[in-house]
Amino acid sequence: MSTILETRKINKSYANHQALKNLDIAVPAGSIFGLLGPNGAGKTTLIRIINQIIAPDSGEIIVDGEPLKPSHIEIIGYLPEERGLYKKMKVGEQVLYFARLKGLSRSDAMEKIKVWFTKWDIKDWWNKKVEDLSKGMAQKIQFIATVIHEPKLIILDEPFSGFDPINANLIRDEILELREKGSTIIFSTHRMESVEEICDHVALINKAEKILDGPKSQIKEEFRTNTFILEHKGSIGLANGSYTIEASSDIEHGLIRSVLKLKSGTPNEMLRELIQQTEIHSFVEQIPSMNDIFITKVKSVNA
Amino acid sequence: MNKTLLIIQREYLSRVQKKSFIIMTILTPVIFVGIYAVVILLTIKPGEEKTINVVDESGLFMEKFSNTDAITYSYNNINVEAGKELVTSGEYSGLLVIPNIDLKKPEGITLYSQQALGISVERNIERTIKNEIEDIKLKASGIDKAILDSIKTDVNLKALNIGSGGGTGEEKESNSALASGIGIFTGFIIYLFLFVYGTQVMRGVVDEKASRIVEIVISSVKPIQMMMGKIIGIAAVGLSQFLIWIILSTFLWTAATALLMGDQTINSDNTEQLAEQEVSGNANSRAEMVGQINSMIAKTNLPKILGLLIFYFVTGYLFYAALFAMIGSAIDTEADAQQFIFPIILPIIFSFMMYGAVINDPNGQIAFWLSMIPFTSPIIMMIRVPFEIPNWQIFLSMAFMIGGFIGTTWLASRIYRVGILMHGSKVNYKTLAKWFMMKN
Repeated sequence: MSTILETRKINKSYANHQALKNLDIAVPAGSIFGLLGPNGAGKTTLIRIINQIIAPDSGEIIVDGEPLKPSHIEIIGYLPEERGLYKKMKVGEQVLYFARLKGLSRSDAMEKIKVWFTKWDIKDWWNKKVEDLSKGMAQKIQFIATVIHEPKLIILDEPFSGFDPINANLIRDEILELREKGSTIIFSTHRMESVEEICDHVALINKAEKILDGPKSQIKEEFRTNTFILEHKGSIGLANGSYTIEASSDIEHGLIRSVLKLKSGTPNEMLRELIQQTEIHSFVEQIPSMNDIFITKVKSVNA
Repeated sequence: MNKTLLIIQREYLSRVQKKSFIIMTILTPVIFVGIYAVVILLTIKPGEEKTINVVDESGLFMEKFSNTDAITYSYNNINVEAGKELVTSGEYSGLLVIPNIDLKKPEGITLYSQQALGISVERNIERTIKNEIEDIKLKASGIDKAILDSIKTDVNLKALNIGSGGGTGEEKESNSALASGIGIFTGFIIYLFLFVYGTQVMRGVVDEKASRIVEIVISSVKPIQMMMGKIIGIAAVGLSQFLIWIILSTFLWTAATALLMGDQTINSDNTEQLAEQEVSGNANSRAEMVGQINSMIAKTNLPKILGLLIFYFVTGYLFYAALFAMIGSAIDTEADAQQFIFPIILPIIFSFMMYGAVINDPNGQIAFWLSMIPFTSPIIMMIRVPFEIPNWQIFLSMAFMIGGFIGTTWLASRIYRVGILMHGSKVNYKTLAKWFMMKN
C-alpha cells in the first residue's frame, strides 16, 4: 500500500518543552488514520506542521511522494479543532473565500459549492450571515469549507465535537464517502468510540513520542489477552487447568457470567471442557476496546 | 489569483460594503461643509428684524444709530415707564435709555427688552455710543475726525519666501496663518486616520485570532500574507474614504462658494463683525472673504501638499498598522490591549501636541528632528510642509519613513506569526521578545 503522508524523525521544541520527539508516522493512502493521544501529547503540533502553519526543528515530511512544499496546501484540507468563521460574512461568500484561498478558481469553487449546498439542501443559507447560524449549521459550513477543494489528504481535528448525533452521523457518512472517492483522512481525537467505529489505522502519541501504531485490527490482535466471557447456568470448575477463572458473578434469569483466561490449548478445547460441566448460554472473546488499549498503553509508558 | 490579493479584497469589501462606512463617508463632508454653510447663512440673515426705541435724555445720540437689516432705531423722547410699556406690549423689541451721561465716565445706559436681543445688537449699540463719544472728545480736543480718518493707514505685511534657487524667480507669497491652517488640518487628518484605521487593524487581528479563523487561513497562506493582506486592505478602505472626502468636499465647497459669492444681499454690518473674528480683518464682505480664502488656497502648492499628504498618510499608516497588528496578534481579547497600546499611541498624541512648537518655528531643531523620526514625522512633516521647507528634508524624511515601515512590518510579522497561534498565555514584553527571536 502506498503512503500519502510520511514523517521522518520530526522534532519540534517550544521554549520550555519538547512537543514532538523523533516522530515517525506513515499514513497509507485511502485509509482513515486515527491520530490518538492524551491532551498535550503533541497531536496539534504535528497537524500544524503538516499544514505548514509551523515548521519542524528537524525531520522530513513526505506528502504524496514529495517533500512538503507550499503548493501542497491545495491537496490538503484541514478542519482545526477550534473552528471559526467570519461572523459578519455571508455563508456563501465565506465558503467561496476559503475555497479560493486553497487555490480554486472562482468558477470552479462556485460549481463545487453548489454541489454541496444542493446535497445538504442548504441553498437558502447562501445569503445568511454566519452569526445567524446555529452552532451545528456553522460546523456543517466549516466541514464543506474543509473538503470543498477535494483534497487528497483531509485532516480533521476532533471532527465530531459539538455535533448532535444526527449531524455526527451525517459527517461520519461523508468521511466514509470521501474515502470511497479516494481521499485519505487523518483524524485526531481522544474519543475512542469514533476510532473504534471508522479508523482502520491508528497511531498513538504520548508525551511527544509515538508509542504505538499500525492497522487497527493488528493492534487489537496484539492486545488480545485470551480472555473469554462465558454465560452459564450451573457452576464450573477448573478441570485440567488449561484456563483460570478470573471472576464470576450472578446475572439475571439464574445465569452466571464468568471471565475466563485461556492458559493453553485452543478456545474450542476449552469450550468442549466447559460444555461437559454445565449448560452454556453464550461464549465470547473479550476483545480489548481501543479505549482499553489506549489507557493500558499510556499508563504503561507513564509508569 | 494571488492569495494576498484575495485577502486584501476580502478585507476591503467587507468594510466598504458596511452601511456605517457608506454613511460615514458621505455624511462627514456634508456635515462639515453644512455646518460651515449654516454658520455663514446665520450670520448673513439673522432672525427677525428688531426695533429699538431710543430714549436719549443726553441729546447726544439723536439719529446717530444707523439702521441695519436687522435693527431699526426710532427716537421718541417719552418717559422710561411708558417706553417699557411699549416693549411689554410688543410694539418695540427693546428700549434703549441713555441718561444724561458724563462723557468721562458714561454710566447708566440701559437696554430693556422682554427677550435677550443678542450679542450683535448689544455690540452695535455699544460701538455706536463709543464712536460717538470718542468723536465728541476728539472735537473737544480740537482734532477733526476727517483728519483722523486720513491718518489711519492699513498695513498688510506681504511675507515672501525666497526660494532655494537663489532668490530670483522662486519667490512665493506666503501667509503664515494659512500655512498653519493647512498644516494643522492635514496633520490632524493623519492623526485621525492613524488612530481610526490602526485600531481597525488591531481589532481585525484580535477577531480572527479569537474566532480561530486564523488557523484555517494560515493553513492556506503565510502569516505575513495574512497580516499584509489585512493592513493593505484596510489602507485601501482609508484611502477610498479619504479620496471620497476630498472630492465631495471640493465639490461642496465650490458649490457653497458660488452660492455665497452670488448672494448680493449681504449685510455689511454683520460681516464686519464676523470679519473682526477672522484672520483677514480687512475683508469688507463675506463674499470677498470667501474669494480671498479661495485665492489664498490657489496660491499654495496644493498638488505638492496633497501628494505628500497621501504619501505620509499611507506610510504613516503602514508604520503604525504593523505595530497595531502586532499587538492584536499577541493578545486574546481587546481588553488586554491597554498595556501595549499606550506606548504606541503616545508618539501619535505627542506629535499632534507639538504642533504649536512646530508652527512657531517650522525650521527649528525640534521641528526638523520630529519630522525625521518615523514615529512623529507623518504628522509633524505635514504641519511643516506648507511653510516651504527645503526639499532635501522632505526627501530624507520620506526615506526614513519608508525604512521605518519596512522595519515595523518586519518586527511585527515575526511576532505575529507566533502570536496568532498562542492562546491563553500571559503576554508581556519579555514574551514578545521571545517570540521575536523564535526560529520558524
